[in-house]
Amino acid sequence: MRKSNIFILITCFNLALLLLLAAHARLGKQNAEVPQAVCAGIVKELQLTDLCLFTEARYTRHPSMADFHAPFQDHPGALDHFPSGSLVSPPRFSHEGL
Amino acid sequence: MSGLLARHRNIIDFALSSLLRRKAKNISLLAVYTLIVIIIASCMLFINALKQEAAAVLKDAPDMVVQKMVAGRHDLMPVSRGEVIGGITGVRGVTARLWGYYYDAVTRANYTLTVSDGGQPAPGSIYIGSAIARLTGFSQGDLMPLRTYKGESKLLQVVRVLPAEAEIVSADLIVLSEKDFRELFNFPAGFATDLAVSAGNPLELATIAAKIVHQFPDTRPIMKSEMLRTYDSIFDWRGGMIVVMFAVAVLAFIIFAWDKASGLSAEERREIGILKSIGWETADVLLLKFWEGAIISLTAFLCGATVAYCHVFFFSASLFEHALKGWAVLYPQFRLAPSINAYQLTILFFLTVVPYTAATIIPSWRSATVDPDSSMR
Repeated sequence: MRKSNIFILITCFNLALLLLLAAHARLGKQNAEVPQAVCAGIVKELQLTDLCLFTEARYTRHPSMADFHAPFQDHPGALDHFPSGSLVSPPRFSHEGL
Repeated sequence: MSGLLARHRNIIDFALSSLLRRKAKNISLLAVYTLIVIIIASCMLFINALKQEAAAVLKDAPDMVVQKMVAGRHDLMPVSRGEVIGGITGVRGVTARLWGYYYDAVTRANYTLTVSDGGQPAPGSIYIGSAIARLTGFSQGDLMPLRTYKGESKLLQVVRVLPAEAEIVSADLIVLSEKDFRELFNFPAGFATDLAVSAGNPLELATIAAKIVHQFPDTRPIMKSEMLRTYDSIFDWRGGMIVVMFAVAVLAFIIFAWDKASGLSAEERREIGILKSIGWETADVLLLKFWEGAIISLTAFLCGATVAYCHVFFFSASLFEHALKGWAVLYPQFRLAPSINAYQLTILFFLTVVPYTAATIIPSWRSATVDPDSSMR
């Protein structure tokens, strides 16, 4: 078989796979409506405001409720999501006694 | 038409033979290129799916939450202010929300404790999130000990484990009665954590917020649109670890493209010289180089996009798991609703395939326009 044919076949196969995944996404979105409705029901019932993605600190657990301008508010070495967090080192006393 | 097609197929044949002559180099190039596409595509798909999930799940969040501020930080809200806010035109209802955090020294995990407005569960009983049930081993009917702020131990019976499919909102939740909440935290009567305000017409929210701030200058109203926007900004391209991963991938790609654009190897220049001396036109040489670039970049793009989709939606973005978990002990296990669209694929295509193909053609064009004799020397 010609090399170009092999390449065209592989590309068509990859494209078909991608189209299948697009179809899977469409189907998956419909299937996700039930769990999303369960989540939305809990959000409504409990009047929740945030997704439970990161439970390590207050401002990551409830980012929409938190005061964004308080890096290290939970403990001195706590990672924060500000670029300045990579420049400001924790206070010395946080290492003492460890 | 068939002549044009045959010409392209012949050139693809030649381009593939040329690529296979430098098999090791080109396979490693394809592997690294695919890896870069996987990282960029995974970031795009993951961020987009999380944003969509946030929008779908938080659509029934409170219209507005009003916090009281003291010295720049939020403080307990007097419930009496709810009556005043309830009297503002356009406000449909005000509910005092009671919620807070509880650090469990045994598991070293942070739980979110919240009181349901509906009066459930009854005093002495609690609902727990499924991640807590998984971490602690407590199930329905078990007694869960919590330490009150007076230093006493309080036993609460688990009457329900919240559904596992709702972990993305309830993994770390403990729902308890108002009485138990106030006892546990020694929470003063007449105060709440904040107030949830609902409006008859969402378009009036901004006016209501302005009136609340005018009435109570020490308050901070947070509208639902701001809650949703928070997730847009957190998972924006500029956000945290995502930007680090994205920047590394883009940097690697720039090095790649630069390596190509900085010039051809002596062998490749000689090859172009020979082709021109046997009668190939400059346009043919450029077409050949275009196909060489396109074969590698198109294959990397298609494979990378497919693997990225599987990584994010079949394997729950396991490569990002450690970055997402951070220092948290409790981590929700969730499957995002799959989503892929033409817009994302087009952006990915223009970010990866186009620059690489262009970077392949430009040095070839420079080499193809010089005299074949000097190219072969």
